[in-house]
Parts: sequence; structure tokens; C-alpha cells
Amino acid sequence: MLYREAGQFRSTYAEDMQIFPIRQDRIALMLLLAVGFVVVPMVATQYWFSALLIPFLIFSLATLGLNILTGYAGQISLGTAAFMAVGAFMAYNAQLRIPGIPILASFAIGGLCAAAVGIVFGLPSLRIKGFYLAVATLACQFLVLWTINRVPWLTNHSASGVIAAQKIEILGYTFDTPASKYLLTLSIVALMALAAKNLMRSETGRAFMAVRDMDVAAEVIGIPMMKTKLLAFAISSFYCGVAGALYAYCYLGTVEPEAFVLDISFRVLFMVIIGGVGSILGSFLGAGFITLVPIFLNLGTTFISDRFDIEISHALVSNMELITFGGLIIFFLIVEPNGLARLWQIAKEKLRLWPFPH
Amino acid sequence: MKRTTLALACIALAAAGYTGTAAAQAKEQFVPANFYWVGPYAPGGSGIAGGMIDYFKMINNKDGGINGVKFTWEKCETEYNNGKGVECYERSKKHPPTGATLIHPLSTGITYSLIEKGTADKIPIVSIGYGRTSAADGRVFPYVFPLITTYWSQATAMIKFIASKEGGTAKLKGKKIVLVYHDSAYGKEPHAVLKKEAERYGFELTLLAVPHPGNEQQSQWLQIRQIKPNWVILWGWGVMNPTAIKAAAKIGFPRDHMIGVWWSGAEEDVIPAGSAAKGYIAAGFNVSGQNFPVIQDIKKYVYAKNEGEMEDKSRIGSIYYNRGVVFGIVTAEAVRKAQEHFGKGKSMTGEQVQWGLEHLNISAAELKKLGATGFMQPLKTSCYDHEGGGQVKFQQWDGTKWKVITDWITADKALVRPMIEEDAAKYAKEKGITPRDCPKGG
Repeated sequence: MLYREAGQFRSTYAEDMQIFPIRQDRIALMLLLAVGFVVVPMVATQYWFSALLIPFLIFSLATLGLNILTGYAGQISLGTAAFMAVGAFMAYNAQLRIPGIPILASFAIGGLCAAAVGIVFGLPSLRIKGFYLAVATLACQFLVLWTINRVPWLTNHSASGVIAAQKIEILGYTFDTPASKYLLTLSIVALMALAAKNLMRSETGRAFMAVRDMDVAAEVIGIPMMKTKLLAFAISSFYCGVAGALYAYCYLGTVEPEAFVLDISFRVLFMVIIGGVGSILGSFLGAGFITLVPIFLNLGTTFISDRFDIEISHALVSNMELITFGGLIIFFLIVEPNGLARLWQIAKEKLRLWPFPH
Repeated sequence: MKRTTLALACIALAAAGYTGTAAAQAKEQFVPANFYWVGPYAPGGSGIAGGMIDYFKMINNKDGGINGVKFTWEKCETEYNNGKGVECYERSKKHPPTGATLIHPLSTGITYSLIEKGTADKIPIVSIGYGRTSAADGRVFPYVFPLITTYWSQATAMIKFIASKEGGTAKLKGKKIVLVYHDSAYGKEPHAVLKKEAERYGFELTLLAVPHPGNEQQSQWLQIRQIKPNWVILWGWGVMNPTAIKAAAKIGFPRDHMIGVWWSGAEEDVIPAGSAAKGYIAAGFNVSGQNFPVIQDIKKYVYAKNEGEMEDKSRIGSIYYNRGVVFGIVTAEAVRKAQEHFGKGKSMTGEQVQWGLEHLNISAAELKKLGATGFMQPLKTSCYDHEGGGQVKFQQWDGTKWKVITDWITADKALVRPMIEEDAAKYAKEKGITPRDCPKGG
């Protein structure tokens, strides 16, 4: 009833090609952005900013990056955390060594360095596919962390290999409160998500999808394989690199190389799978699910045990939470193997037919 | 639609959890218990958590708290993970009545992530025996307290111990020492100090990294067999420790020439290695055993009422458990000190406890009163020095229990302190911090 496109006519090509052809979608997105930029900063507490929203946004960006590579271009990668590490450490070095460089430029340099590393480790993708490629990118994960641990220049000769992110200052304004860091992260993530959405509708995006669906056929119709695959690696790594820089600057503040262990790569891959392979929205849903559900589960159990005064061993509760979370993942994957984004799509389709869904 | 409803119900249930927290009461002192009970490091996390919470329970039951202010706490699972640690910190810092009094992150990584946050929120970050060594310079790090002893102090104490076994520092010349370390920020902490010591005494130092988690060490120990070192220093954590001890036994390296850091010297580290661990030596800033009045008090006032934290009662008096009790003692004494200054019988804020931590003076007489003579070392801190003690005891595993084999060995502060100040100054410069003015030695 509310969600129906009947009566919305498109009379120009531009209207026909816009990102969100349905008016309700546009309104919903505007509302969402308004909530994100205006309402949330007014109502959220520090806990929400620092513990929930900022990590959620940063992981959304990393997931988005991996989704470009895995979801759209069909190349599996287990090097996400390594690309994030490159982004974080190179942004730190850019800020440290280039006097007077704006922080956003450092983030971009971090992203570009990650992209360069991504291209190097994307080279094997020209010859190998699928699981074999995953193993090749796994090497990237170990090599990058090993390098950061071994080359003192990268950590500015810190005794323990730990870097402390510098102050974030843009146009004289210092981003030091959680709320301001949240707004900065949100702005970057929103812009980059918009760019990704547009990129995927462009010729490049279509070339990615052609390579994903059948690379031989793609080559036959004239899509340059090397350029497309390496471009996918570069763009994806750029996104991950920026996410890594944000992880260091807006979230943790002080980072050791171990903050980017293989575990993070897997988590981001799970976010892609659960959110929806090849979907921008899915990246956000997946990141939300993996980062927030365990916390809510924990808050839920704390609340229940407080309210009903149940004395349970904490180790048991912690383990139960992990089990429940694993169970939820399996549940969602059985209910909808194509991810949460697909669930959302089905819901939208049902709404169109409502009140007579069939 | 059924699925959607279900999903919504889940979300609603989850959101409901966020709103509820225990009602605030006056006369309470909240200390977050952000430790870990699951994962590969659970033995350390659960033992220390148990010891600290049991000590608080004992203080509450026996003395009615600190001047009538009872300790409260809330557990939060950090999984030894930086992100989770930050989440737990954010959750606990605003807890009624006065927010988090101080926080024990119990992970070097989490400590690093909290340094700035804690300083901004005025919540002391207390990292006893771990964390950033250079934070001992209180002028640059007003809210960070690597109390009792730091990794750098410990490394110098280890060299002192080796020298005493070899018959004086002069005998160290030409000796070979290998450091087997966990390849992380934690494992890299002692490098600089050990290199300096190697230069000074002329021993040959080899650094061998073991990748996380450390259950694969064959190549490292093969290398050790080739090097034939006189001593091996083990800087491990979790599963890496028993693996290293077993690997040493395999190549026939004498275990009584293997010295573990204090995170490599608990029952949980040696028992899995079985008989291979006999003779293995480890440093420690607390000792094991139940024959201390403070542990007896915990048994009497907590376990007799069936309120104890530990399900496995045999772990009471273990290294980790007792270390948790040390955490508890330091926390309680800092609160007591703060109360003496800011008003007895009141709940202290983080800022006030920071004052307490900077003016700690747990003397030998004080320790006796607490029933902890010989259990931990006397501790005196200042605005200038956030470390305090700087002593360790060495203990040897005899196959069934840890036997203390030395008295307190003091670190080489003359070597460590300038390095701390240098590193702190570098941090201050990077961050644009102007160090506070502190009276030297005062």
C-alpha cells in the first residue's frame, strides 16, 4: 500500500537511470541519512558511539570493500585484515612523515598503499581461481603482518611495534569526542558507499559481474581480464585500507599489528556471506549482524540474569553466547542462503503485493 | 511474515537488555571485571578474575567494604580481543554510582587501546605486570599505571638472576642467551632492554619469534639446538608455554636453564607439559600457595558461605588466582588511600582514585596488616613513578608445585628508567602532550 511504484512515471533517461528509481526508496534513504547524521548524534550515548556505531560503520566499509572483490568480481580473498593493516600503518606514516598533510589525505594515502599491495597480491588471480586464490591471498595476510613486525620504520621504531594514531584535525576542528569521530566515520562511509553503488552500476561494475559469472565468456566479449581483475583488487583494497585507517584513528586510537589478525579477515568474509554476496546493502546488514548481535546477546543475558537474579557461572554464559551466535548464523543461512539482503528484498516484494501476497 | 516477526522479536529482546542496569545505591565502589573466561587464554583470565572478585567479596563480608563503602563489580567478557575490550570499557565506565573506579584491562593490546580513552575519561588504567612499560613515567601518562613491575624491569631482573647463577655479571661475557618470544607487541617489549644488557655484559643474544598462538615451535627449537645457548628466556602466553617446555625436553635442553616470564609461570603452563616441566624456572611478582592469612580470610569469609567465584576450589592459591588477589589488594588500597584524602566512607571517582594510585604506600607493616607478607612486595608510587616496586621472585616447578628459590630480586632501575623516559618523551612528542610537573623521586 505504502510501498508501491504505481503512478511513478519516468519521462527522461536520467530519471530511468537514477540509483533509486522508486520514490519511497529515495525517501527512506534520506530519512536514514537524516537519522544517522542528525538524530543519532543527539540521542546516542558515548557507549553507543564508541562501542557500537563506530565499529559497525568501519566494518561495513571493510565488508563493502571485500564485497566489491568477492561479491561483484567473484574473487575470494582472505587478505582483508592485511589490507586494513596497510591502510592503518601507512596513514600513520603519511601523517608522521609528511609535514602538514591533511588527515583525509593520509587516509587516502593509506588506502592507495593498500590498493598497491592489493594489486600485487591480485596477480595470482590471473592464473588461479576459487579456493586456490583464497590460499594465495592468505599469504598476503601473513606477509604483511610479518613485514610490519619486522620493519621498524613502519612503526616509527616503536619498541613494541605499537603505533599511536595522531590527532584528527580537519580545517582547524579537532575530532576528539566519540560523537565527532562517529560523524567523520559516517561521512566517509556514506560517501564511499555511494561511490561503490554507482561504480557497480557503471561499465566497470558490469565488467566485474561478467568476470564473476563466467570469465571465459567475459573475455570473449572483449572485457580485458587482467585490467578488470586487478582493478577489482585495487578498489577493494582501497576500501579496506581506508577502513583500516579509520579502525586505527577513530576506533582504537592505538594499534598493534595484532589488531589485524587473520580472525578479522574471516569475520569480514562472514559479514559478506551473511549480509549478501554482491549487495551494497548486504555489506551493512552483514557487518551489523556480526558486530552487534554478540553484544546485544551479552547485554540481553546480563539483563535477564540481573532481573531474575540468576547466579550462573560466567564462563558458561560466555560460552552459551558464542553457541547461540553460531546457531543464529546457521539459522539465517538455512532460512536464506543468499544473505540478509535477500531477506530484505523478499520483504520489499511482499510489500508491493500487500495485502494480497502470493 | 513469520520470519520478520521473529527477527523483530529478537531485536526487541536485545534492545531491552540495554536499558536495564542495577539500581544505583550510595556507598558503593564500582570496579569493572572485564576479563576473559573463554578462548585460549581463559585459564589466566578466569583465575585472575576469580582472585580479584573473591578479594572484594572478602573485604565486603569481613570489613563491610572500605570504611563502609562496599565494592561492586560487573563481569564483561573481553575474549582478549581489542575491540571487545573497548566495548566492555565503554559499557562499564558510566556505571553508577561514580563510574568505573579504575580498570584492569588484562591484555597488553587492550591496555594500548584504552590509554587515550582512559585519560580522556579520567579513569585510571591499571596494568599490573603487563601493558606499556613507558607508561611508568607518570608525567606523560597520568592515568596509566603499570604497577608493581614492568616487562623491562623484569628482563633486567632475569639477567641479574642468570648472573647470580653463573657467578657474577663478569661471567656473563661470551655466554649465549636465547629469547623465545610470542610474536606480538607483548613479546617484543623486552627486546630493547635485553639488547642493551647484552651490549653491557657482552653475552650473545638471539631473538626467536614464535607466531601466535604458539603451538608450532619445532623450527625454533631446532635452531636452539644449533645455537646451544646457556640460558633460554621464554616470553610466552597461553598454549605457547607448555609447548615450549615440551619442545625443550625433546631436544634435551635442561629445563632448569629455562626462565619463563611471569605470564609463563603458572600451574596452567607447566601441568600440561607433564614431567618435562620439572625444574623449569619462572619469574613472578606474586607467589602461589594458600598459607597466607589473606587467602585464609577469603576461604573463611567467602568460601565458607559458598559465595566463592572459583568452581574448581583447587585453583585457590594458584599463581593466577593469587595474582588476582594482588590486583584486588592494589585496587582496594588505592580506594582506601583516596578516601583518606577525599573523605572516608564516600564513593570515589576515577579522578580521586587516580590520586590514590599515585600516593600508594603499601609498606611491609601494611602488608602484614593485610595478611600478605611475602605474598607480594611493598609498593610505593608517586606522580613521577607509576611503577612502584620493580621486584620479582624466581620460582621453580618441582613437578607438583612452584617452589620459591630466590628472595625479591630488584630490577636494574638505573638502566630501565632512562629508557622509560626516552620512550615516554617520544610518545609525548608524537601526541603533542606537555608532561606534567612532578617532583623527582617524590
